[in-house]
Amino acid sequence: MTPGAYLDHAATTPVSAAALAAFVDEAQRPGNASSLHAAGRRARRVVEESRESIARALGARPSEVIFTGGGTEADNLAIKGIFWGRRAQDTRRTRVLVSAVEHHAVLDPAFWLAGHAGAEIVLLPVDGEGRLDLDALRADLAAHAEETALVSVMWANNEVGTVQPIREVVRLAHQFGVPVHTDAVQAVGQIEVGFAASGVDALTVTAHKLGGPQGVGALLARRDLAIEAVQHGGGQERGVRSGTLDVPAIRGFAVAVEEAVTALPERAAHLAALRDALVTGVATAVPEAVLRGPDPLADPSARLPANAHFTFPGAEGDSLLYLLDSAGVQASTGSACQAGVPQPSHVLLAMGVPEAEARGALRFSLGATSRADDVAALLGALPAVVARARTAGLVGKGLS
Amino acid sequence: MRVLAAMSGGVDSAVAAALAVEAGHEVVGVHMALSRSRDQFRTGSRGCCSIEDASDARRAADILGIPYYVWDLSETFEETVVADFLAEYQAGRTPNPCVRCNERVKFEALLDKATALGFDAVATGHYARVVERPGPDGTTRRELHRSPNAEKDQSYVLAVMGPDRLERAIFPLGDFTSKEEVRAQAARRGLAVSSKPDSYDICFVADGDTRGFLRDRLGSRPGEIVDTEGAVVGEHDGAYAYTVGQRRGLALGRPAADGRPRYVLDVRTDSNTVVVGPAELLTVNRIAGEKATWLVETASLADPTDVAVQIRAHGAPVPACVRASDDGAGLQVELTGPRLRGVAAGQSVVVYRGTQVLGQATVSRAWRDRAAAPGAVSAPGGVSGSGA
Repeated sequence: MTPGAYLDHAATTPVSAAALAAFVDEAQRPGNASSLHAAGRRARRVVEESRESIARALGARPSEVIFTGGGTEADNLAIKGIFWGRRAQDTRRTRVLVSAVEHHAVLDPAFWLAGHAGAEIVLLPVDGEGRLDLDALRADLAAHAEETALVSVMWANNEVGTVQPIREVVRLAHQFGVPVHTDAVQAVGQIEVGFAASGVDALTVTAHKLGGPQGVGALLARRDLAIEAVQHGGGQERGVRSGTLDVPAIRGFAVAVEEAVTALPERAAHLAALRDALVTGVATAVPEAVLRGPDPLADPSARLPANAHFTFPGAEGDSLLYLLDSAGVQASTGSACQAGVPQPSHVLLAMGVPEAEARGALRFSLGATSRADDVAALLGALPAVVARARTAGLVGKGLS
Repeated sequence: MRVLAAMSGGVDSAVAAALAVEAGHEVVGVHMALSRSRDQFRTGSRGCCSIEDASDARRAADILGIPYYVWDLSETFEETVVADFLAEYQAGRTPNPCVRCNERVKFEALLDKATALGFDAVATGHYARVVERPGPDGTTRRELHRSPNAEKDQSYVLAVMGPDRLERAIFPLGDFTSKEEVRAQAARRGLAVSSKPDSYDICFVADGDTRGFLRDRLGSRPGEIVDTEGAVVGEHDGAYAYTVGQRRGLALGRPAADGRPRYVLDVRTDSNTVVVGPAELLTVNRIAGEKATWLVETASLADPTDVAVQIRAHGAPVPACVRASDDGAGLQVELTGPRLRGVAAGQSVVVYRGTQVLGQATVSRAWRDRAAAPGAVSAPGGVSGSGA
């Protein structure tokens, strides 16, 4: 790993030793899981054992696990596949309800459907901490349930770490007969995620946020959920997701999920303690910093244990990121980029943060390999970095 | 020194960054995003603003082993360069957006931000030389000179930067005599941009269609094209889109009585009228400039030796006698040799002594001495890319 303090585990986190060993071992064996000979059968067995292992860890049935090439693909399959499947059952179902703070992997396919398939997208509002407004969901469903194809609300937010009231979302939606998809990419491995227990109809998970390799993930989807294929071909994965299965990646994914879920109680406590130290440390080092998202000291369950997010008034995110990077501290502005340009975060804007303040955002996210030293490196560098970034932020202001 | 290398994604700025690294500086590459809605790929000869250009800059930085960031300067760019471009055309003048970009974005917004973040200088891939000479009291004076590569020389679009900013600018390509040499240097370092085509068009005007861009942003405003006698000879969609000296695209209904080509002589935005006439009426020998900036003491202008002015990025310099106003903010030019044809208000007039840039101003007026009533005359909108 790059030397220095890596505080961007929400972007990706190192592959665990066990997952890497499994991946490397598998990569040395031949076999297409769809082949009928011995090598193919062996590969298929690895895939099915991995499927069972992931299902067990996430409280799902093996037949509910659809392997994909990662979280974005799983989200696309959920949004487009469920929309098409539900509309095929009833042509009135054209509405897609998504929270305003979803990842682009959910928002963009939804808006693509609006542009190409006659969908109507409803952005559900959130409160100042990024938590879904359940009353707005209830009101919309009460008025339009029959025209609604699906509801998609993330399990926990990738920028500010807000844990969403998924059970309430499911209860409401199911009351009106509407299925629920949840993007649990950030949640799995940090908080308890149970597919069956939550009642959701589809759930996105990805390997590389929890110690597995990049480029593999899964959509957990109930067997009775109407879902159309997005990618067509050899008919793998229930015919819903064609394409040769990436056996080494799937095995590494399964090992990582099992490891992350087994280690969860201990790891979450470690992450939360470290994160709380980070949050209190930043408040001391830079008193004007504003914590965004739920206050973990007030209600630890409201926020992912590994997430901290601040805005720094008067400073630009790109200046902060550059200066921290030069000081050996790697963080993120948290929002989506276009060719490396941080855009003002739609999550912060949806939370009611003014655009000027949203520009000075930094997300710090921890992982299994994070240590107190990483937080200390951040806290040591931060005051000078923020002071300098604020000076740079004043450049050009008031001139015309 | 800590040097910020401005990297457009082109070959010049990539080699400039490489030379800054090899000179022993601590270099960080920065790509300026000048628009938030960017095309995926380069099209035509626009050279700086696609995502592909940003990726090319990133790859160059990878190969040089330097950190790389994209800075969003799109708001500054829109508020300064694009807004000025529109306002100037709307006022019937001919702006040079590359000059404004150097003045307000590269060597102001970017340079000031870099300075605030702890950089000592900004390096760009401009073709111009900085010559250091001992000053009177043991200090070092920096002079801006033309590139020895006359074809690529960009001193014209850099003249606006002023002495303070010149102190913090590095032009590593200053001594290069040919573009081929720069491409060879890029190839030698394994920089994939070595064979990337040059850029010429205004980066924010798609397809090089300036008139279409102006119409989209300023709206259609139909009016008349008249000759010097006031007779209506054609129609237009908005006088602002015409440039004094322009010949093409006039679409005149009635041919001239003498059958000779006609040029735009004046753009009267108050009456939304374009005046056309014969080429000889475009010839001027006097130019007045405003918003002047100087890289030398204006007193030195008293010595007329080798003083010349240039009114286009790649125009020829012509000998002149130049006087600065007492406060230095204005200048008066009298051409002492060949006259210039088509000098538009809004263009930059850059003053040289030999290869050295002395200063520059924005043309406010140009006229012929013999004319009874001086009328503003301007030049074909020869806007050329500033590169880098």
